[in-house]
Amino acid sequence: MALLDVKGLRAAYGTTRVLHGIDFSLEEGSITALLGANGAGKTTTLRALCGMVDTQGEVTFAGSRIDGKATEDVVRLGIAHVPDGRGTFVNLSTEENLRLGAYVRKDRKAVEEDFERIYGYFPRLKERRHQQAGTLSGGEQQMLAVSRALMLRPRLLLLDEPSFGLAPLIVREIFGIMRTINRTEKTSILLVEQNAAMALDLADRAYVVETGRVVLSGSADEIKQDEAVRRSYLGY
Amino acid sequence: MDALLQQVFAGLATGGIYASVALALVMIYQATHHLNFAQGEMAMFSTYLAWTMINAGFGYWTAFLLTVGLSFVLGVVIERVIIRPVENAPVLSVVVVFIGLLVILNSVTGWIYTYTIKTFPSPFPTAPLFGNKFVSSHQIGAIGITLVVLLLLFAFFRFTPLGLAMRAAAQNPVSAKLVGIRVGWMLALGWGLAAAIGSIAGMMVAPIVFLDPNMMAGILLYAFAAALVGGVDSPGGAVFGGFLVGVLENVLGAFVIGNELKLAVALVLIIGVLVVKPSGFFGKVNVSRV
Amino acid sequence: MSKRNLILFALLLLIVCALPFLVSNYRTFQFTLVLVYAIALLGLNLLTGYNGQISLGHGAFYAIGAYTAAILMDKFGFPYWATLPVAGLVCLVVGFLFGLPALRLDGIYLALATFALGVSMPQLLKYHHLEKWTGGVQGIVITKPDAPFGLPLSPDQWLYFFTLVVMLVMFLFAWNLLRGRIGRALVAIRDHHVAAQAMGVNTAIYKSLTFGVSALYTGVAGALGAIAIQFVAPDSFNIFLSITFLVGIVIGGLASIPGAIYGAIFIQFIPNIADELSKAAPWAIFGIFLIGFVYAMPFGINGAIRMLLMRFGRKAQHAGSGSAVTEPSLKSKEASQ
Repeated sequence: MALLDVKGLRAAYGTTRVLHGIDFSLEEGSITALLGANGAGKTTTLRALCGMVDTQGEVTFAGSRIDGKATEDVVRLGIAHVPDGRGTFVNLSTEENLRLGAYVRKDRKAVEEDFERIYGYFPRLKERRHQQAGTLSGGEQQMLAVSRALMLRPRLLLLDEPSFGLAPLIVREIFGIMRTINRTEKTSILLVEQNAAMALDLADRAYVVETGRVVLSGSADEIKQDEAVRRSYLGY
Repeated sequence: MDALLQQVFAGLATGGIYASVALALVMIYQATHHLNFAQGEMAMFSTYLAWTMINAGFGYWTAFLLTVGLSFVLGVVIERVIIRPVENAPVLSVVVVFIGLLVILNSVTGWIYTYTIKTFPSPFPTAPLFGNKFVSSHQIGAIGITLVVLLLLFAFFRFTPLGLAMRAAAQNPVSAKLVGIRVGWMLALGWGLAAAIGSIAGMMVAPIVFLDPNMMAGILLYAFAAALVGGVDSPGGAVFGGFLVGVLENVLGAFVIGNELKLAVALVLIIGVLVVKPSGFFGKVNVSRV
Repeated sequence: MSKRNLILFALLLLIVCALPFLVSNYRTFQFTLVLVYAIALLGLNLLTGYNGQISLGHGAFYAIGAYTAAILMDKFGFPYWATLPVAGLVCLVVGFLFGLPALRLDGIYLALATFALGVSMPQLLKYHHLEKWTGGVQGIVITKPDAPFGLPLSPDQWLYFFTLVVMLVMFLFAWNLLRGRIGRALVAIRDHHVAAQAMGVNTAIYKSLTFGVSALYTGVAGALGAIAIQFVAPDSFNIFLSITFLVGIVIGGLASIPGAIYGAIFIQFIPNIADELSKAAPWAIFGIFLIGFVYAMPFGINGAIRMLLMRFGRKAQHAGSGSAVTEPSLKSKEASQ
């Protein structure tokens, strides 16, 4: 049984319909990429999973339906969402941001252990733990955003455009850590990216979204070699 | 010189009360970007509750604590029941609802308790501390209680998980939801705290100005002025503003413009700050993107 | 206006003119106050309903108009009718001047500034340096004029008709203003401030002028009210007067001209009825109605009537209010906040 199963997902912002029936699924422990151009509906898909927009359709997570649930409740089921724009609490310190990531957890000791783990992955955050989050660099803020999500010890991590506005070197660093986390902690990852090349290097499976529908699906390798994808999204 | 010192201390005492109400205003403003026009009446109503308890034989501090607790609950209820439906409504609707609340609280209190002025006891001794001639024990007590409340609040927001969650919810409700914070309830909590703080302010001021349904109107105005002067999104600023406005009011009233125009001081301060430096001393300048 | 509406209007006018002869002097006096409040409410509605600037202090302009009339009549022997233009002018200037700094204030801050004005007004009026003009705490007593040219009307009846004429003139003027370019500009500024600016509407001048004109209307109402009541005193012009006006326009219907009349009837007669229950009852009722209307009837009585008319298939031809577009949305947040 797939960890996440999405059938016929439709979503709208007010009267503007953005998703016209998205179907995909995600196996536990895998990394899945949602690719597509600007405005295709990738961000909206992630938002829809978290109950941040009005949706119709079926979304099943770990066997139970989560469509229609409030965002706060979806989080408690173990889904952590790193939104586009990062959503950092800019006026709070780095450490306070991380602590908030673990807000719903009750296991205090494990949370402290997770702090150490996260600082292990991202030593730069440890250096800046008392610094106001808004003063961190773009790359550091992205690390912080991802770390905050990881503090939940999520079963599923949703990443919205993590490479946006970052230097390739930083992106590679972050993606490398994503790979490590996926391997060692079995955290499933759903990744939305415009940077198709980097996403396909990281992912196991990929779906291509165009104007609110999934138009192509397959393993990352298959997608990488697909003629149309290569031309439209990979540039060769 | 003596007279000046007296006015300064009196100003600090009333300033503490302004600071408390201003703090309550700022708390709600930070979370919702709304100014609670009914804050004064809520505090007044709470003070009447305390009066009822004291008259029924409760000890002062028992009544005090019960009132603070009840006011907290009242604040939560008001937010969930009356304010929530207009959470996302345009400013005019929200202002109208606040004014409606102000008016209902004022009239219900008048209905139940009549408009005759009542006395409200002070828990502090009548003899001035060390026999000094500048400041009464109640005034010192009021300043002291204000500072204790402020310290507790500061500690709550800075060091507790719930306080952190409330700060997060106020700053960035969307991200707060993404970490699982129930933002709606954080708002209600904010209102509860604001109501509780307001009740303390009411109980501190009632012994001085006597208890009557209209006692908080002027105080609310000063509190607004204080919040603006300090920076309407800065709790520390609100406190600073409160003490500053209190001293200004007393000193100007006694030596410059006479006691009759004291409210006009508040009016001038409010308009002055809004026109000259809307962010006050410690607030953040809000640039809105076109 | 369609022929049918003209006939209806004429009929209404006939009834309104007949009223003073059918009821007691006291009732006529009350109806006069309804007309007075209607003018005041139209003033406030111009500013808040049509132009979106929230004022919680319009009682202050009413007070200025009232005191202007009283002082002119009492200290300078002005005839009552001459006080109206002066009161209007004074309030126009004061309103405009207040509106200038208020330009930079949005929504809640303007509400706060006007709230401060409303709260501090009584104190300003009691200021002892002004006492020889304002009469201090005791205020000023003036007398109601007799009917001119020896007309067989009681002072109350005469004042009623006088006020009626003033009201009709001012309402006509406002109606004309609002249904044209200026009205559209006001609404555009209210709903899409930035877009209006981008389209070349000089929002600053419009907003300040609207403040001035709105104050003028309320000031003239204040003068008329002073003459009707024959008395001005500081404590009658406190913040609750400003709130009363707010109640009037919310209940009557924001951004509507008939709404001013419905609202005036409401604020004049509800306290009279509710007073029987208890001194506090009128305000409790006002408060409940305020909140209730925001939740359930955001377009006020006027909106409800228009909806009923539309339901029953008749085209909603309004004698005076603008089209549906002019009503501000009270339920959903507009984009321009």
